[in-house]
Amino acid sequence: MELDSLYQEVILDHYKRPLNKALAPNPDAQVHHVNTSCGDEVTLNLHLEGDRISRVTWEGVGCSISQASTSVMTDLLIGKSKEDALALVEEFQTMLQSKGKDTGNEEHLQDGVAFAGVSKFPARVKCALLGWMAFKDALQQAVKK
Amino acid sequence: MSSLDIAAIKADFPILKRRIRGNNRLIYLDSGATSQKPNSVLDAERDFYQNHNAAVHRGAHQLAEEATELYEGAREKVVKFIGADSSEVIFTKSATESINAIAYSLGNSTFGSRFHIKAGDRIVVSEMEHHANLIPWQELARRTGAELAWFKVTDEGRLDLSNIDDLINSRTKVVALTHQSNVLGTINPLGEVTKRAHEVGALFVLDACQSVPHYKVDVKSINVDFVAFSGHKMLGPTGVGILWGKKELLDAMPPFLTGGSMIETVTMESATYLDAPKRFEAGVPNMAQAVGLGAAIDYLNKVGLDRIHAHEVELTKKALAGLQTIGGLSIIGPKDLEMRGGVVSFAIDGIHPHDLGQALDQFGIAVRTGHHCAWPLMKRFKTVATTRASFYLYNDLEDIAALVDGVERARKYFAER
Repeated sequence: MELDSLYQEVILDHYKRPLNKALAPNPDAQVHHVNTSCGDEVTLNLHLEGDRISRVTWEGVGCSISQASTSVMTDLLIGKSKEDALALVEEFQTMLQSKGKDTGNEEHLQDGVAFAGVSKFPARVKCALLGWMAFKDALQQAVKK
Repeated sequence: MSSLDIAAIKADFPILKRRIRGNNRLIYLDSGATSQKPNSVLDAERDFYQNHNAAVHRGAHQLAEEATELYEGAREKVVKFIGADSSEVIFTKSATESINAIAYSLGNSTFGSRFHIKAGDRIVVSEMEHHANLIPWQELARRTGAELAWFKVTDEGRLDLSNIDDLINSRTKVVALTHQSNVLGTINPLGEVTKRAHEVGALFVLDACQSVPHYKVDVKSINVDFVAFSGHKMLGPTGVGILWGKKELLDAMPPFLTGGSMIETVTMESATYLDAPKRFEAGVPNMAQAVGLGAAIDYLNKVGLDRIHAHEVELTKKALAGLQTIGGLSIIGPKDLEMRGGVVSFAIDGIHPHDLGQALDQFGIAVRTGHHCAWPLMKRFKTVATTRASFYLYNDLEDIAALVDGVERARKYFAER
C-alpha cells in the first residue's frame, strides 16, 4: 500500500516514543511554531555550548509526521556544530521539496531519510518541516543574542 | 429508504466518476467545505461566457441586455429560494465578504447614526463560529472600542443559552450567530436569540453557509436582520456569495465597497448612492458565477430541499451509529438527530486527524481534517483538530458504509504498526 511509503516504521516509532520531548529550562532561545493549516504546534528550546548544539528539547501536539520529524531532528542535530546543523536542515528541506525524486543521503540524514516518502504528498511537507523550521528560527535567534 | 434517486443524481455530477489514488471510487464527504457541481451549473456558466458575455447594467447593445437579464434572473431565483424581496438580495464574492460588508458598513456609520458602534457597546457572537463570523466582529470591536462577548458551547455541542439575558444586554448592538455549526453539525435555535436581540434593539446577523444549501431557510419567518451564505457550498460556482438584509436597513446603511455601479450622482467632491441591492454591488460583478448559482438553485428546487434534508438526516443517522461502533472513536457534537445537520466530526484515540484523513484518502474517501476555521471551538473541546465528514444530496448509504469501513481499516493500520 502506498501508505507504507509515507508511514515508515521509523516514523511511527518516533511518534510513539519521541526523543527529547520535554523542555529543558534556561534555553539560549525558545520558539513556538504553528502549522496554520492544521493547528499543529511545536515549542522548541535550544541550548548552545560555544559553536555546538548542546541540547534541543521540545513540546508539541500534532500528526505523526510533524511529531516524529521533530523527534528525528533533535536526535540528529544535538552535538553538531551550528554550521553542520544548518547544512543538514538545508539537506532535509531539499529532500522534502523534491516531489519524490530525492531519496535522501542516509549517511547524513540518518533516520531523516524515512521522510523522503512524505515529499510525494505536498499537503504533508509542511508537517515534516515544522520542527526543522522551528530549529532554524531558534538558532538564528540564539546567534543574534 | 430515501425518496431520492441517488444514482440519477450522481450521474449529473461528472467529478463523481473520477477514480482516486489508484482505482478507488471517489467518495466525496467534504461538501461542508465546498460542494461538487452538476452539469447544469457548469453549462450555465459556459453558456453565459459563450453566448451572452457583456458587462451588466451598462452598454446599449443586445449582449448587455441579455447578460443583465440573466444576472437579474439569477437574483430572482435567490429571492424566491429564501423568501426575500427583490431589492434585498446582494451578490458578493463570498459569504466572508457578505459578513465583512455588514461589519465594515456598521463601522463606517457616523456618530449619531442608528448604526454607529462605539466604546461601551457590545457585539455578541458564539464559541462555535467559523472564523468568517468571528474575525470581522473582533476587528469591528477593535476599531470602535466596542466589547466582544460570546455564547459558550455545552459539552454536547449545543449553544449554552443559560446566560442569554446577561450576554445580550441593553448595550448590545449586534448579535452574529451561525445557523448550523460547520464542525459540530448543531443547528442553533434562533427564536430565543433573535427575540432577545430585538428586545434590546440589536441587529441580528445569521451565518447561513451550512443551512441554506441543505434545508429551507425562509428569511422573513426566522426574524433576522441579515443573512450571509455562499454559492459554492450549494452546488454553485466559487466567487459568488449572498448578503440578504432587511430593505429598510440596507438602504439606510453606508456602503462598504464604493466605486462604479453603486452611485446615483457624482461630482468631483462627493457622491450619492443608489438603494440596495446596487448600493452594495460596486464594480462589474461575478456575472457568470451568479448565473451558475441560479442554475444550482434550479437543480436544488428540482430535487426538493425537504427531500434533500430528509435524505441527509438518514445519512447522518447511519454515520453516527456506524462510527460509534469503532473502538476509541468519539463524536464531537450532538449524538442525536434533533436540530442537527449532515456534518459529523470525530476523534480517535491515538490517531491524529491528519493521519486518519491521509489513510482515508488512500481508500478514495475525501474528508476534512484540521481546525475547520474554528480554532476557538477546537480549544473548547481541548483538541487541535478533528476529522469531519459532511454529506449532501449525491451521497448515499454506500458512501457512509465506506466511511465507517475506511475509518476502521485506518484505525487497524495505525494500531498494528
